[in-house]
Amino acid sequence: MLKKFLKATVFAVSLSMAGGMMIAPSLAEVVYNRGSAAEPESLDPHKTSTVYEAHVLRDMFLGLVTEDAKSEVIPGAAESWTVSDDGTVYTFKLRSGATWSDGSPVTAEDFVYAFQRLQDPKTAAEYASMMQKVKNAKEVNAGTKKPEELGVKAIDANTLEITLVAPTPYFLEVLTHQSTYPVSKAAIEKFGADWVKPGNLVSNGAYTLAEWVPNDHIKLVKNPKFYDAANVKIDVVNYIPTEDRSSAMKRYEAGELDSYDDLPTEQLTDLKAKFGDQVRVAPYLGTYYYAIKTSKAPWDNVELRNAVSMAIDRDFLAEKVWSNSMAPAYSMVPSGIEGYTTSPAAFAEESQIDREDAAKKILEKLGYGPDKPLKMEIRYNTSENHKNTAVAIQEQLKPLGIEVTLLNTDTKTHYGHLEQKGDFDVARAGWIADYNDPETFLEISRKADGHNYSDFDNPKFEQLMDAATAAGGKPEERFKLLGEAEKVLIDEVGNIPLLYYNYHNIVSPKLAGFEDNVMDRHPSRFISKE
Amino acid sequence: MLLYVFRRLLTAIPTLFVIVTLAFFLIRVAPGGPFNQERGLSPEVKANLEAQFGLGDPLWLQYWHYLQNLLHGNFGPSYNLPDFTVGELFAKGLPISIQLGASALTLALLIGSTLGIIAALNQNKAADYAVIATATAGSTIPTFVIAPIIQLLFGLTWKLLPIGGWGDGALINKIGPVLTLALPQIAIVARLMRGSMIESLRSHHIRTARALGLSDWSIVVKHALRGALLPIVSYAGPAAAALLTGSIIVETIFAIPGVGRYFVDAALNRDYTLVMGTVVVIAIFTILFNLIVDILYAVVDPRVRYD
Repeated sequence: MLKKFLKATVFAVSLSMAGGMMIAPSLAEVVYNRGSAAEPESLDPHKTSTVYEAHVLRDMFLGLVTEDAKSEVIPGAAESWTVSDDGTVYTFKLRSGATWSDGSPVTAEDFVYAFQRLQDPKTAAEYASMMQKVKNAKEVNAGTKKPEELGVKAIDANTLEITLVAPTPYFLEVLTHQSTYPVSKAAIEKFGADWVKPGNLVSNGAYTLAEWVPNDHIKLVKNPKFYDAANVKIDVVNYIPTEDRSSAMKRYEAGELDSYDDLPTEQLTDLKAKFGDQVRVAPYLGTYYYAIKTSKAPWDNVELRNAVSMAIDRDFLAEKVWSNSMAPAYSMVPSGIEGYTTSPAAFAEESQIDREDAAKKILEKLGYGPDKPLKMEIRYNTSENHKNTAVAIQEQLKPLGIEVTLLNTDTKTHYGHLEQKGDFDVARAGWIADYNDPETFLEISRKADGHNYSDFDNPKFEQLMDAATAAGGKPEERFKLLGEAEKVLIDEVGNIPLLYYNYHNIVSPKLAGFEDNVMDRHPSRFISKE
Repeated sequence: MLLYVFRRLLTAIPTLFVIVTLAFFLIRVAPGGPFNQERGLSPEVKANLEAQFGLGDPLWLQYWHYLQNLLHGNFGPSYNLPDFTVGELFAKGLPISIQLGASALTLALLIGSTLGIIAALNQNKAADYAVIATATAGSTIPTFVIAPIIQLLFGLTWKLLPIGGWGDGALINKIGPVLTLALPQIAIVARLMRGSMIESLRSHHIRTARALGLSDWSIVVKHALRGALLPIVSYAGPAAAALLTGSIIVETIFAIPGVGRYFVDAALNRDYTLVMGTVVVIAIFTILFNLIVDILYAVVDPRVRYD
């Protein structure tokens, strides 16, 4: 019996392990194995919600405008455009002769269809909000107007006209977002929900979809019909999700990955020592902040909020907790937006000791002390770094007599609680810009905005934000007004900004054209590999 | 026997129904929903999404629809990977998890049993101590420690194996994950086998066999092993159900596209349909392997009969 058992086992082991063969890439092809920390959720531009889709879609689709290696706006599917004097009507001239990967022409009608589909309630696009500066977009999305009423029309096959509700100086930036890419009406009508499958999906960008094995890889191959195909150096891009960051580092070291987009921050110092300038840490448009419930006592007192904010040692957080993978933040809008001057908190320049003294005085003045300690609860979503940040702040506030308790919940519970206006004192949140403009960081504190977790309600702030919208046609004045609005938000401590995000990539010296930029966008079409 | 199997399969239906019902309502009791995230959605967008997935309907109606779809073999679309249905995700991932799990289990039974028998036959001698020490170490060192060590040694230092990835199912890509999965199982099986073999060797029928002058080989393999296999069979059933449905740790560290990750990710993401898919799959595997264990009892032990 043992013999039989032995035979059977050897057979079973070899059978179950030999279910595949090694596939060696042909030598002539240039293959870029692009590691990412997570799997994209969907390859339908209208169903995306994370940057992981953005990377892949950017390689496959070409919007009206697009970005170069440095993330500057350059012509995309449109070769030129004009803007009406009042800044509300954009007319795009499409590249003549441009085609989808199946050879059919890319027309203005495809864009009309795509933009209507983005707002159509039936699509349920998470990023519908990106294009809601377009006339009737909000109404279409809410179901009160028909998709055909959207302010987008095809004048002829190569001319597209978009009408906005108000002048929007960052509209071209918006048009680089993946939710604004065109989709092929013919393909969607033919395949329905399956249009995103390899073989069905047609795209108009530098690459087309060849394979998608969920959680394993997405294989893109060069699109010979792309208008600039002659300048695309990489033949195959494999997007390889590797969730475990430490494994990803080993895969990079072993040459399985040519780049990876989210380094394990706790190893950052060692990684920099080991890999030198292959480690790229650079500012990213994002802010890590604490929301503070301004609508409830005692947090309705601005002096108290300011005392808490002042006492937090952000340098310590950035250096010790985040190994300098984040930078200390004193304003909501990170620096790096051209032409905009941020409005940091007044205490930013003071030393930490002076700030603590000032905070102590405020607390004493408000009657807090050993007999009447200030109690504060910090809510945060599950993550080792969020926990360490909260614990560090707990320790920093202890000498001031503030008794901090911590409450950790998983991400869904955390944001469910915040969105439903649940009760809390202080809660962790973060904001990453979708487009390169300060407004995206400020509008989340507007009274009616769903992200206004702090319940911030300040008439002066609202008024300045309205004025900035009205000044849409005058960029300089608009930035000045937004700056003033930010100053109000910071002075009134509507939020407590703690850290600015940095992105952290590791990039093989074999790759050229992977340029650092605040949007952390690196289209494969501008990258080459030796 | 056939009647017994048929009866057992029949009773599995109400069991599955209860499990599905409990899981359906429990996951919805958890706070937050599939569309709560760092970048919150506007009420209009959220309403559109909820309408698309039928989440606006009363809970009993959602349950009714779910049951109807389930009976047609339709698990519904995944909320978090909307390009795939839950059925497609399992169709792609489950064969991978089964391959790795089955290989690991086979290795564990083969090597673990052999080590256990060697230890039992050399009780309180050097070989026994060596097996016990290895087994204790093997079952106490967690997989999240073993896996990176394998990657470091075999992948980076000796460059024998890839660090991670499925590589379209290449043999070389499976060695690391299979070893990681198998090592703790080998340890457990060896310990179990050692214990039950020692006990079996002390039983009356073995003493009789020795008295009759049978050879050592024949005593161990034909008579003692049979009795000693029972605890292994009991253990292997649930272990198979667990191993074949994947391991989130091994899959995450080795970047393997199996289904183990869905058990945790789906719950954390409140991906209701995927959660239900994982529950149904693991329930079926558990029921099936418990049945197989019971049948094997009758095969291994002549005292067990299902008539």
